[in-house]
Amino acid sequence: MQEQFNNVKQSAIIDLENVSSMREINDLKVKYVGKSGLVTSLLRTMKDIAPEMRSTFGKMVNDLKEEVLSLFAQKETLLKEKELKERFEREKIDVTLPGKSQTIGSLHPLNIVKNKILNAFCGMGFEIFEGPEIDTDYYCFQALNIPKDHPARDMQDTFYFTENILLRPHTSPGQVRTMENKKPPIKILSPGKVYRADDDASHSPMFHQIEGLVVDKGVSLCDLKGLLDEFVKIMFDDDTKTRFRPSFFPFTEPSVEVDVTCCKCHGKGCSLCKGTGWIEILGAGIVNKNVLEMSGIDSNEYSGLAFGLGVERITMIKYGISDIRTLFENNVKFLKQFNRR
Amino acid sequence: MKAPLSWLKDFCDIDCSASELEAKLFSCGFEVEETVYFAKNIEKIVTCKILSIDKHPNADKLSVTMVDAGQYGKRQIITAAKNIFLGAVVPVALDGATLFNGDKIYNGELRGLPSFGMFCSGEELGINDDWYEGASVNGILILDQNFPLGVEVKELLELEDVIFDINVTANRPDCQSILGLAREVSAILGKPFKAPDLSFDFSKNVSTKGTIKVNNHATDLCYRYMSKLVKDVKIEKSPTWLRRRLFSMGVRSINNIVDITNYVLLEIGQPMHAFDLNFLKGNEINVRRANENEKIVTLDEKEFTLTNKNLVIADAESPVALAGVMGGLNSGINQDTKDIVFESATFARDNIRKTSRSLGQRSDSSSRYEKGIDPYTAKIGLYRALHLISKLNAGKIAFDEYDLLEKPIENKIINTKLSKVNEVLGIDIPKETVENILNRLFFNVKINGDNMEIIVPPYREDVESYPDIAEEIIREYGYDHITPTLLKTSKITNGGKNNEQQFNDNLKDLLVGFGFNEIITYSFVSEKEYQLFGIEKNAPEHKFIKILNPLGEDLSVMRTTLIPSITRIVGANLNRKNNEGRLFEIAKVYYTEQDQLTKLPVEKTNLSIALFGENEDFFTTKGVVEGVLSTFVFGANIEYIPCDLNFMHPTRSAFVKVDGEILGYIGQLSPIVLEKLGIDKPIYIGEIYLDILKNKLRDKIVYAPVSKFPIVERDLAILVDKDLPCAKIENCIKRNAGGNLTELKLFDVYQGEQVDKNKKSMAFNLIFVSNERTLSVEEIDQAVNNVLTALENDLNAKLR
Repeated sequence: MQEQFNNVKQSAIIDLENVSSMREINDLKVKYVGKSGLVTSLLRTMKDIAPEMRSTFGKMVNDLKEEVLSLFAQKETLLKEKELKERFEREKIDVTLPGKSQTIGSLHPLNIVKNKILNAFCGMGFEIFEGPEIDTDYYCFQALNIPKDHPARDMQDTFYFTENILLRPHTSPGQVRTMENKKPPIKILSPGKVYRADDDASHSPMFHQIEGLVVDKGVSLCDLKGLLDEFVKIMFDDDTKTRFRPSFFPFTEPSVEVDVTCCKCHGKGCSLCKGTGWIEILGAGIVNKNVLEMSGIDSNEYSGLAFGLGVERITMIKYGISDIRTLFENNVKFLKQFNRR
Repeated sequence: MKAPLSWLKDFCDIDCSASELEAKLFSCGFEVEETVYFAKNIEKIVTCKILSIDKHPNADKLSVTMVDAGQYGKRQIITAAKNIFLGAVVPVALDGATLFNGDKIYNGELRGLPSFGMFCSGEELGINDDWYEGASVNGILILDQNFPLGVEVKELLELEDVIFDINVTANRPDCQSILGLAREVSAILGKPFKAPDLSFDFSKNVSTKGTIKVNNHATDLCYRYMSKLVKDVKIEKSPTWLRRRLFSMGVRSINNIVDITNYVLLEIGQPMHAFDLNFLKGNEINVRRANENEKIVTLDEKEFTLTNKNLVIADAESPVALAGVMGGLNSGINQDTKDIVFESATFARDNIRKTSRSLGQRSDSSSRYEKGIDPYTAKIGLYRALHLISKLNAGKIAFDEYDLLEKPIENKIINTKLSKVNEVLGIDIPKETVENILNRLFFNVKINGDNMEIIVPPYREDVESYPDIAEEIIREYGYDHITPTLLKTSKITNGGKNNEQQFNDNLKDLLVGFGFNEIITYSFVSEKEYQLFGIEKNAPEHKFIKILNPLGEDLSVMRTTLIPSITRIVGANLNRKNNEGRLFEIAKVYYTEQDQLTKLPVEKTNLSIALFGENEDFFTTKGVVEGVLSTFVFGANIEYIPCDLNFMHPTRSAFVKVDGEILGYIGQLSPIVLEKLGIDKPIYIGEIYLDILKNKLRDKIVYAPVSKFPIVERDLAILVDKDLPCAKIENCIKRNAGGNLTELKLFDVYQGEQVDKNKKSMAFNLIFVSNERTLSVEEIDQAVNNVLTALENDLNAKLR
């Protein structure tokens, strides 16, 4: 009987040696431990065994089954490893082949810069107000202390639809519309398209401005300086400084031009800043008393500061673009360069 | 405004260098746009005397001369000049010399003979007769016989000067003159101001009022009119010093009287005019509005027909000058003029501006008046002119004068507080500094505690209130004293973008994720685009508004659709061999219902998209729109219905409807339009009306629980008529599949051998699931049967 057991086991070992796939192992499992397998059929000889020996016999059969299964399991592990190895070899790819590209789009550089400016001021508590692009003479000029036939109107050549309705030449009407509808404290930015009859390498008949306005008690030139200092650090570099110099705008008094240290040479002097170390980026000032009063704000109680900057100018400085027309050609090869975050 | 340093020095001692002065002017609000160092280039051009002139042995047109150049010795100069003569003193450029225009001169050889220099003309020294008599001749400049030899000519002729071109801001018309700028310079440098000499000799026998009558009939347009008679005028050339002053400002010398009026305009900033008394009919001067259709011929021989909006100076009969703009041809100064009447007046700047614009006639005088001239300066100007008459001994000045002054010139007094001024600036400036600065600027200031009483100089019409005073102080004190603060007295505000602004950002981000590049195009287009795109006159898109004064026809119409613009950009990209791309723009379009615009047009915001390249088709375009809609109006009822826009492909385009409202359209651009534009590749476009989309935004996300029960899938392949739209089948399935159908997807469309040529096979995948229980096979079978029955009944569709 022991011999019979050994034969079965030996036969299983021999069979296993010739096995080369999982399917064959499964076939062997049927052959040995299946319903009518060699091991299983040993159990059927139980009836020929003396009753007192039956429990020993049963245990021996079970042991044999375990042994055979364990042999199968070992072989299975080996086979699986082998098969995986083969699979990986089969599935091998050249990882240096180019990827299947997902085209990523981009915002227009003017809007990238605009967003950066808006975000900088939103973080300082500014809201955003967008007024109409086509506006009245009152909002574009008169309410900004530029009466009809004032020489200051020569500062911008305006497009007209009628004597009274025109394309806004600046975003300053946003100031007036806000002050008419809101009580101080006011902190707004008014971004948008503006239009002037000018067309060359540094002027476009349509361009973008952002107007800023703060109206509250005790707003001073020092606050203007503080706000703009923060802003230029966010916009350019941490070491960027501002410089004020006197200027004139009808809607502010005092009025200043604001220069920043050149972002290319950091103030040493280069071609971008024409050797001066400074670049003019915006005009600003303390809101003219008349403008406050015309918009219904008591200038004895409140004062305001305002600034207006050109998005094109800052974009051109930031990205080193020399001709403003490049921004409106919308060449895909140009636009795609701005998909980097 | 040009200002020669030498002229500024008449009124103020300037002891700093030109570049230092430039920097100081800049920091006080006067940007120097250009500094010309006149004649600075000129070097090694010295006087010499011609000792001999011989014919050149090898050239007919050349002469060989020997000259004495003083310390530079005797030397041979070869010249082609014809106007030289023995003993003439002329300028010679030595070896290595530099001419006015920067050219270098070296010793050379001319037809075999060496020349140790070159004679110079006036032009080569940068001058004409106005600087030095004889400098305009076509030939060598013949100098004063008594000039020392071997001396730099630019020193002898006093050529060197620095001429600033200063940008004067619109609020400072008082600085459109040498005098005004000199006042600023004296304040900036803290040097005493030397007022111009206004004294003159007059004749007791000459009376203005006894000779002419002057009347101002338009006091609302002429605030001050001064006139003065000068008799027995000698019209002659002006002296060199005066001509040189005019030359340095680029003004040609005419004669002494005209030169004086020009001089006063430049120096004092007051336009002057001189009438020939002989031509003033009735010996009258009337300041009045022109009669309708009255005519005048101005000095430059142009004729104008006037209206009663134009102000004129007239004699007893007709206009003799267009007030403030230009004198009449009939009354000007000429060689025979004997008696003149000077005019020095203050006209309303709006009126001069309007007249100048409407007639298209400008002059140095009108541009000054447009900027604004104060009545105070009228008298300074007149007296300065009389001073020059006296100095030049050019005529007999009347003892009396007309001064028609509407309102007496009163001192403008500002009462304010030092603390107010400091509040504007945000810093505390010491009282003494404030006093000192204001005094330097000729403000008369009394400070008593916090109270300030300030008398404003009469020519400073721009200064009205304490913010103006604050600006005067800080620009002199220096903006570097402003220390940054962050709204220390202000309330905290809650900023940020509102929902609508965030929506735009989110939409852009989504499109960027879909591979789109954002473009920005002009808001104005050519009217021709509307014909090109076949937009008919009665279409709503044809309700555009036109710019009255466009830069050109191409930029004359405010667009009502973004499609022509984006199409042009695609065309330009294709021309540049950018063969594929996805573009979008979010911008305003402008509509009006009015024929005559009296109220503001409606501004709407649209999105345009354009897709081009091999991988794009109608369905990639539609996929983008579906992506946008599923993001922003999730769950809305969306339909695609045929689109009849002329510029769209009639069988490959659709209007997009959301909850029954047209949200825009998508599809292929009409090949007819593309052919007109010279584009030979298909372009897929879409325009979405964002104002409508914004109204439909689903701003709240409501969570729907995910079913825990098993899903059941069924695939149905059905045979339908080949023209039956998919949407109809889908709707039919959705209506009849019961509430447990959660997804419906078309996965195959087949037309070909296996099916009838009028049919197509469409295969759908249906997914059923319930949130409450496991669905039974019978339930699903029932649902599918209902669907099949309905498909057959409604759409004649059969299961394959």
